[in-house]
Amino acid sequence: MFESLSYLALQQYWWAIISLLGSLLVFLLFVQGGQTLIYTLGKNEKERTILVNSLGRKWEFTFTTLVTFGGAFFASFPLFYSTSFGGAYWVWIAILFCFIIQAVSYEFRSKPANVFGPRTFETFLFINGALGTILLGTAIGTFFTGSQFSVDLANITQVNDPVISRWETPYRGLEAALNIQNVSLGLTVFFLARILGILYFLNNVEQPDIHVRAKKSLLRNTIPFLVVFLTFVVLLLTRKGFAVDPQTGSVYYENYKYLHNLFTMPVVAILFLTGTLLVLYGIVISLPGNTSKGIWFSGPGTVLVVFSLFCLAGYGNTAYYPSTFDLQSSLTIQNSSSSKYTLVTMSYVSLMVPFVLAYIFYAWRSINREKITEAEIQQESHLY
Amino acid sequence: MFENIDTSLVDWSRGQFALTAMYHWIFVPLTLGLSFIIAIMESLYVKTGQEEWKKITKFWMTLFGINFAIGVATGIILEFEFGTNWSNYSWFVGDIFGAPLAIEGIMAFFLESTFIAVMFFGWNKVSRKFHLVSTWLVAFGANLSALWILVANAWMQNPVGMHFNPDTARNEMLNFWEVLLSPVAISKFIHTITSGYVLAAIFVIGISSWYLLRSRENLLAKRSILIAAVFGILSSVMLIFSGDGSARQIAHIQPMKFAALEGLYNGQEGAGLVAIGVMATAPGDTNSRNVKDFTFSLEIPNFLSYMAYGKFDAFVPGVNDLVDGNPQRGIMSVAEKMERGRFARESLALLKNARDNGDSATYNQIKARFSDDTFKENYFRYFGYGFLDNPESVIPNVPVAFYSFHIMVGLGFYFALLMIFVLYYLYKDKLENKRFLLRLSVFTIPLAYIASQAGWVLAEMGRQPWVIQDLLPTMAAISHINTTTVQITFWLFAVLFTALLIAELSIMFKQIKIGPK
Repeated sequence: MFESLSYLALQQYWWAIISLLGSLLVFLLFVQGGQTLIYTLGKNEKERTILVNSLGRKWEFTFTTLVTFGGAFFASFPLFYSTSFGGAYWVWIAILFCFIIQAVSYEFRSKPANVFGPRTFETFLFINGALGTILLGTAIGTFFTGSQFSVDLANITQVNDPVISRWETPYRGLEAALNIQNVSLGLTVFFLARILGILYFLNNVEQPDIHVRAKKSLLRNTIPFLVVFLTFVVLLLTRKGFAVDPQTGSVYYENYKYLHNLFTMPVVAILFLTGTLLVLYGIVISLPGNTSKGIWFSGPGTVLVVFSLFCLAGYGNTAYYPSTFDLQSSLTIQNSSSSKYTLVTMSYVSLMVPFVLAYIFYAWRSINREKITEAEIQQESHLY
Repeated sequence: MFENIDTSLVDWSRGQFALTAMYHWIFVPLTLGLSFIIAIMESLYVKTGQEEWKKITKFWMTLFGINFAIGVATGIILEFEFGTNWSNYSWFVGDIFGAPLAIEGIMAFFLESTFIAVMFFGWNKVSRKFHLVSTWLVAFGANLSALWILVANAWMQNPVGMHFNPDTARNEMLNFWEVLLSPVAISKFIHTITSGYVLAAIFVIGISSWYLLRSRENLLAKRSILIAAVFGILSSVMLIFSGDGSARQIAHIQPMKFAALEGLYNGQEGAGLVAIGVMATAPGDTNSRNVKDFTFSLEIPNFLSYMAYGKFDAFVPGVNDLVDGNPQRGIMSVAEKMERGRFARESLALLKNARDNGDSATYNQIKARFSDDTFKENYFRYFGYGFLDNPESVIPNVPVAFYSFHIMVGLGFYFALLMIFVLYYLYKDKLENKRFLLRLSVFTIPLAYIASQAGWVLAEMGRQPWVIQDLLPTMAAISHINTTTVQITFWLFAVLFTALLIAELSIMFKQIKIGPK
């Protein structure tokens, strides 16, 4: 089945899988967003326990999606793994730290004799929610703005210095924080995660006081979200991008490259606009009334927007991980992918993704029939 | 020659990876085994309907949850460290190595993380049978996850199912099934997961013994010991057989590791197996090889030859044979392998020059070389040796390999005996009176962790200097970062993991003291 596809088609298929995983990850960052609101929405210990337990039943999905996103990137585009992780060392290590401290916090927070006290683990959750989302968004921002690195595969023949990819600044990825477009994407992800977290609480928690505070907080987060999101979009569509000559594979600057990509790939433009409208619709219907369905619009909307952004970065003869130090070192889905055989093999594995999504949906629904309330928490034998 | 390779960077990178891997491995084996023990207990609850079984299941599930969380926390680092600290490795073999990691995520992690939520929060929300299925799926998910990462690790020890593509300067997968079903991968998987099962059995028996010593939770303790001991003894049988198979494979594919784990410097026909020994620098040894000798040893005659080759009089090569070569036995010297490795590497450099200069005749000629079986078999298979500057650099730390192997094996047999005794006295209903045995069971818990760690120390330190056997030494697999950067992250990880371990142990001890609800 997949054997009959061309190498390029397989590379494009795998970029779509990466884009899907990345977009699902950003949606699932509602857990992180929610973690930054525990003290904003929960004014006493009982309310905070409700909020933490509401998120605690989902945190592993986000974590697993992040790990799978990394694994899939490694398997399909190993040159990115080699170049970005080994190069932008400090950024990725900081992101990893944010996720290490999250993983134990739910389980340890309310357990007796946890040594550091519940506040420490709640602080860990806040750091994960705030710094984790901003750093992830900023790191993904470099897909459009570029980084300073070089790649030379022939270095492997140099005994005295065989490393093929090198980061050409001493700041090891931290320099991305000096670019307003990267930062605006980081802040967009942060505020979007908070909005999704609020919409999730409105859907999953049944506690009037929390709902009142959540709606106020929704408005307070939507305004800065719109500012930073629009800033990012305007900067993205007006900047020069990193185009690839399909004949020679050489990379060159093209003015308004990402705007051109929207025009040359109208399906992507439709996905982007539809996603944006869905995100906004989910927010708008949640602000005034008593609906708890906002997450079912803003969540899929997020997936569509992020998916379309990944498409803009990787498709349409574009370098998805550009180098501003040496344009010809930029990574494209053609020059950084695994071999055809590996992509074919992995493509068969990818057929399991719908099955995985189906059982996640089934299991999730089974334990979410009842909304989380104080009474529900009291009945629960496993508490976070 | 190596002026630009910072050997301290290689050491710190190795140290950081070892630190995270060893911390991770504190928690993983318990997850692997305890998940099945819990599933068996819950099956008995569903079958009998006895609330006591539910209480027992939930108690062990609480300890499982505490252990699982910190296992997840330490696991994420390992995956990403391949990129952050071993970027050259990520490209050179990423085409093969990345696939198992991705499959692990798609097939195993989601299974685990989805149904663990049902396992913990579904007691009052889903049917008994659905809950039981979820618990079993968590156990299968955890072990499936182990399968994929162990397949990847086995491939590093014995690279199969791939070829080298000179145009992309990397190894590429040719046969997925050869990678997945390699005998080394199968042995490694069975040996590693059964070691986790034995550790979990010892953990359950030890904690249950503590309750019996305090005359608390007697029913829970006895039932738990029954399940754990039977599970542990059956696992021990598999552990011993797979260990024997692994040793034979090591003798063939990693003879240097095999020689090191027995401290065998000079090859012998009818070599004996050192059951117990103490190593020291050989008297009068002044050469750089720093040969170790035994100041004391108990040896089983001819058994090492039998273990390696199935014949009591077979020749087992020693460290010296493997470094210097032994033409009579058909063993090539490392110096010769280094020459051949250099030729393969220089061929790759010539290919690159020809391509850059547009010299298609030379390019085609050299490219054909990389497809030629004779070149692949006689030159490219020694590619990694081309990075070495000293034949003795292929010698791993012999005492570390020797002691880790003997600690692992000795303790493994001890665990099996202990479980047999515990089960016997439980069957005779005399276990509560055997206070020495109960105390021994409690004190055996840390020994299970030591044995488990020793196994990985042998596997990973015993294969040095290779990250990919014969193809890529650690010094050529690193990232282009400075030593100070890695030193900082090493200490950050060390402090964070230690703090989390302290919290984990404190919570675990408290929950054990509290007991079942």
